[in-house]
Amino acid sequence: MSAQIDLGEFRKEVREFLREKLPVRISNKVRSGLRMSKADYEEWHAILNEKGWLAVNWPIEFGGTGWTAHQRFIFEDEMCAAHAPRIVPFGLMMLGPVLQKFGSQAQRDRFLPRILNGDDWWCQGYSEPGAGSDLASLKTRAVRDGDHYVVNGQKTWTTLGQHANWIFCLVRTDTEVKPQAGISFMLIDMASPGVEIRPIRLLDGEAEVNEVFFDDVRVPVENLVGEENQGWTYAKYLLTHERTNIAGTGFAKAGLDAVKRIAGQEMAGGKPLAANPLFAARLAQVEIDLMAMETTNLRVIAQVAAGQAPGVESSMLKIKGTELRQQINDLTRRAVGPYAIPFVSEALDEGSNAQAIGPDYAAPVAAQYFNNRKLTIYGGSNEVQRTIIAKQVLDL
Amino acid sequence: MLRDTLRRFLSDVYSDEQRNVSLATEHGMSREIWLQLAELGVVHALFAEHVGGLGGHGYDIATVFEEIGRAGVVEPLLENAILAGGLIADLGTDDQRAVLDAVMSGGHQLAFAHGEPHSRYEMSRVSTAAKAVGQGIVLNGRKAVVSNGEAAQTLVVSARTAGEDDAEDGISLFLIPADAPGLSTREYPKIDGGFACEIDLHDVKVPDDALLGRSGDAFPAIEARMSMAIAAVSAEALGAMETARQLTVDYLRTRTQFGRPIGKFQVLQHRMADMLIEIEQARSAVLNLAAALDKPRDVRERNASATKNLIGRVGRLVAEECIQMHGGIGMTQEYSLAHFARRLVMVDHEFGDTDHHLERFIALSQARG
Ligand SMILES: Cc1cc2nc3c(=O)[nH]c(=O)nc-3n(C[C@H](O)[C@H](O)[C@H](O)COP(=O)(O)OP(=O)(O)OC[C@H]3O[C@@H](n4cnc5c(N)ncnc54)[C@H](O)[C@@H]3O)c2cc1C
Repeated sequence: MSAQIDLGEFRKEVREFLREKLPVRISNKVRSGLRMSKADYEEWHAILNEKGWLAVNWPIEFGGTGWTAHQRFIFEDEMCAAHAPRIVPFGLMMLGPVLQKFGSQAQRDRFLPRILNGDDWWCQGYSEPGAGSDLASLKTRAVRDGDHYVVNGQKTWTTLGQHANWIFCLVRTDTEVKPQAGISFMLIDMASPGVEIRPIRLLDGEAEVNEVFFDDVRVPVENLVGEENQGWTYAKYLLTHERTNIAGTGFAKAGLDAVKRIAGQEMAGGKPLAANPLFAARLAQVEIDLMAMETTNLRVIAQVAAGQAPGVESSMLKIKGTELRQQINDLTRRAVGPYAIPFVSEALDEGSNAQAIGPDYAAPVAAQYFNNRKLTIYGGSNEVQRTIIAKQVLDL
Repeated sequence: MLRDTLRRFLSDVYSDEQRNVSLATEHGMSREIWLQLAELGVVHALFAEHVGGLGGHGYDIATVFEEIGRAGVVEPLLENAILAGGLIADLGTDDQRAVLDAVMSGGHQLAFAHGEPHSRYEMSRVSTAAKAVGQGIVLNGRKAVVSNGEAAQTLVVSARTAGEDDAEDGISLFLIPADAPGLSTREYPKIDGGFACEIDLHDVKVPDDALLGRSGDAFPAIEARMSMAIAAVSAEALGAMETARQLTVDYLRTRTQFGRPIGKFQVLQHRMADMLIEIEQARSAVLNLAAALDKPRDVRERNASATKNLIGRVGRLVAEECIQMHGGIGMTQEYSLAHFARRLVMVDHEFGDTDHHLERFIALSQARG
């Protein structure tokens, strides 16, 4: 039980592991805001997997860590502080738990080990052009034809789909019932004939999301997860499943450290920016909020340890955490002054000959600021989260 | 008059595609568009009558740049007409001003090389050194984020001829041809459109008559021109806000989720209403500064800082709220909003940001007593 775990020891063990095993090449890339390749993620996943620390929220029986929420919090905190790449969440954090709870034995045997070994890269096919916040209105159709489903439709905003060989999708299998009751959860091999993927460029010029098109794609019925038309239940399970790390406290702390470092180096009026009263006040304000949020996060974790499922608290953490991270991105952008303006995309490639224009730390900050506007849009927009709080906590 | 002509012209020709064409062209500008703008008299409108222009007053600047911002024009009007061209008009001899005809008709590009790697937003922090040597002057130093610097045939370069690195006294301006020996540039795209460059000056030798205005005495002119530049980018931001707002209102009317247009959700209605109020504040701030540009220095500068501070805050609000209320679409490069949102945020990195001007406003107010 969690009471027996010495969390201080655990933190030391994690820190030690990161110091020994996190490749400097990779942590330097994360620290400098350089582009991460598929191979970088795979290399880091493999290192974690060798240690048995890749599936942080899987039970031990499936090859996971079996960690408590508090351990996971500490792990993420240390990972962020050490500039480790984030664990790509789609297979590990999202699909894994669904298969463990609702998948067939055959699906678990087939897919879970491949997620751990890095044989498969999964992406998440929920959103559609017409179905964002109102996800239940999704239209991608799957029609049974013998021992296959034939899938037609389009998914969009598919993060890192360009690296993926599998996609888990919500598809419509019944059009006669109310929208939530006609959705199924399906696993689709991206190499199937009729699957087409196209990149979407975002505000920072990067193509981290994609459109995925399905044109008469034949999916074997054994790739249906659970029961037909029960997909909404599974998707909701995923959305409420132990999302105690949704605040991204570790990312916020690492971001705050970074902007403090920058403010110590930037000069404003002959003094370090960190000594400028206005900027110092802005930094302090964020730090004060972050200190409280970390405790809020730990309080929610304590509730989980006491056996309560985090429900609406994850909405609270999501709102506060993402908005704080955006404030930190904003301060970082401001901190570098006019050198936020140059944008030399090649300078973000590892080993590029293109030198940064101003100080090295300035190169990615404007792009990161724009990119992280996504934090309040995805994962259930902050507007949608506020409605959940209003309805479920305040009973309005 | 000019407002209507310019708005009509830009709405006819300056689409997202045109902007992309401009940005993909050398130095990030379309020569055709530039010549057409010049032909319409847009560049003339920004110069004073005594140098052959049509006005160049606060309202001319506000009018032209609001339309430039509304259409998202990336061509270097500010660099040519307000900054470098403006300084030549203000300080130049007849000989030096001769180049302005070509500038106004679109045949000559200028840039103002003033900021340095460590000057941040301090107008008086100039370390680039200019020293008299026999017949002429030799310059050494580095200039940072010089907008339009690579395209320019002639640069107006600030350098220190006397005093400490951050002293207002002792700054001089020089007219330097872009191909002067010892002058090297490194060009790059700006994240919000257009191009800038870093300029290294290594023993760049210029004749005595390259000096623009009196030696060591350029600060007041630079400060006045910076205020005009603030008026210009603030008006530009106002135009960009209007476009961003319109795109967002249109989207809220047409995007349906949960069986109704998302504009029917009251929380989004209130946020649009707040945005509208703030944009009207921005419009008033631009008007305040336009009116103050001809006023005595203390009035002018206090208004410049007030306006830039407010525009910085509202620009960021409008950009962030418009992205957010669009959802995923608002994050995409291809959608019209992208350019306007980026520009609105990055305006805060030019000519002093929100905090810089808040401090400056306080200092100027206290000095007034
Ligand atoms: C970078 C990025 C990565 C993503 N990755 C993935 C992925 O891998 N897989 C995937 O399936 N999806 C992904 N998404 C999609 C994401 O989940 C959706 O963008 C999100 O659900 C919002 O949907 P939407 O973009 O259609 O916006 P809309 O739902 O159209 O919302 C537009 C605006 O209206 C607001 N709004 C909507 N309904 C209401 C309401 N009832 N009350 C008040 N306000 C409301 C929203 O909050 C938002 O501000 C990603 C999105 C982004 C931006």
